[in-house]
Amino acid sequence: MKHQDDQTGIRIGMWLFLYTEIILFGGLFVLYAVYFHDYPKEFAEGGKELNRIIGSLNTCILLISSFTVAASITAIRQECKRLSLALLAISFGCGLLFLINKYFEWGHKFAHGIYPNAPELINGPPGRNIFFGLYYVITGLHGLHVIIGMTLLAISFVLIWQNSVTGQRYAFLENSGLYWHLVDLIWIFVFPLFYLVL
Amino acid sequence: MKENEQHILSYKTLALVLAALLVLTGLTIGVSYVHMGILNVPIALAIASTKVSFVLLYFMHLKFEGRAIKISFLCTICFLAIMISFTFWDVAYR
Repeated sequence: MKHQDDQTGIRIGMWLFLYTEIILFGGLFVLYAVYFHDYPKEFAEGGKELNRIIGSLNTCILLISSFTVAASITAIRQECKRLSLALLAISFGCGLLFLINKYFEWGHKFAHGIYPNAPELINGPPGRNIFFGLYYVITGLHGLHVIIGMTLLAISFVLIWQNSVTGQRYAFLENSGLYWHLVDLIWIFVFPLFYLVL
Repeated sequence: MKENEQHILSYKTLALVLAALLVLTGLTIGVSYVHMGILNVPIALAIASTKVSFVLLYFMHLKFEGRAIKISFLCTICFLAIMISFTFWDVAYR
């Protein structure tokens, strides 16, 4: 008897994992909401210190990379292996670009003495300390997810290259894509909450 | 194999979704410069939720999934809503 993968089952398993991720970030957003309620003024001032241009740029980069991942699944299912590989490479590049922007953004903040446990934050108003604390925890955890997502995309790339992932058998690519979209989902909320607070 | 057959999204649909997402990003940045007092946060969250719905329905093809994934996803969102609203009640009326 020929072994047959349970495609739906594989996806349900991935979704179950994604639910735990949603709750993980949900918990952090609850913290944000509560402290935003307590310190609206400091949060608004903190938000103005963040670089909106880099934030907007990174939002567009992640949205485009989500599109290319989704398109690479369409491509592999239509047996266009080369197109699928190219789209995956673009997605990986977008992830890299996102991290480079993040590096410059964080580096700029560090240079101004704003980093976790910095004397300027500890001795300043508590609301400001909490805003930047949450900023580093949430964007840091998100950045970690970007790195994991890029690793999954790179593995998918190799598997397609080796013909282990094909138009008939693409569950790994699909689940990596779901993970990548989750990273995008989280950023869609992070962007207005941190960069555009009012 | 029939039950495993899945809907293939066309490039055109995906590109339209991406265009909608980029337009909404522009909108949320634009709206942030207009001061509407207390309304600003709900509007920003409403736009973010719309964007998230697009990503979920099309990029993550939730629209074409079976009942198991759809219902379990909604349960997660309900749980998240309960977690956020109950915490907020506690904080707001303490």
